[in-house]
Amino acid sequence: MEEEALHFHFDVDGNNFASAGEASVQVKRLLRQMGFSPDTIRRISIAMYEGEINMVIHAHGGDADVYVYPDKIRVVLSDTGPGIKDVSLAMQEGYSTAPDNIRSLGFGAGMGLPNMKRYSDKLEVRSTVGVGTVIEMEFISA
Amino acid sequence: MTIREIAQILGASVHTAEEELLDKDIETAFGSDMMSDVLAFADEGSVLLSGLLNPQVIRTAHMLDMPCIVFVRGKKATPEILALAEESRIVVLETPIRLYSACGRLYTAGLDSR
Repeated sequence: MEEEALHFHFDVDGNNFASAGEASVQVKRLLRQMGFSPDTIRRISIAMYEGEINMVIHAHGGDADVYVYPDKIRVVLSDTGPGIKDVSLAMQEGYSTAPDNIRSLGFGAGMGLPNMKRYSDKLEVRSTVGVGTVIEMEFISA
Repeated sequence: MTIREIAQILGASVHTAEEELLDKDIETAFGSDMMSDVLAFADEGSVLLSGLLNPQVIRTAHMLDMPCIVFVRGKKATPEILALAEESRIVVLETPIRLYSACGRLYTAGLDSR
């Protein structure tokens, strides 16, 4: 039985590295207004921010959808990028296919997906090479 | 340790639109140029010391509820970075001191990491 959720949609612009993270900032603000605990909000915004950065680095942007339930938050990030060849490899800390110019910006250390896993209560990655990637994260509110 | 004290110890220039933020008490610090590692390992509410200069440093700090960023090695924040910091209510400090020494001075003065 699914309760009715509040739904927020964000377009993640893939052409502007400087604007990456704007959706996460907005979600942080919204969840604060709704009265979620700082710890829950922090976990969600960090994980979503990593996802946003990944979409900008690898997939020319995409869609971010946030569903807010009374006791949990679901974040769905979908893109039509190149897809992830080996998801279990991508889940390993330190594994990265990001180009050097991204590393010089402070990302691409192979911590994105591991961080999303670390901060979420449930993470599902569905990816097809040449089609795109959908990442679903669930956060139980404390 | 307050942000004001941190600025004094590091001989840093201070950028903020809200003077009262300088009285905020900080208990921990984290030094890194790699934002992915900050997101993975830093404690919330820490001061972030970094030699990396781009808007994502501010966003990273914002996600972790960090109230203050110290740019080390003489890095000067751009107007774009300062505007984003102000919007995020994050104090920006700039010091000529290198990362290792800056961390050392704060550690010696009693600012620990968890």
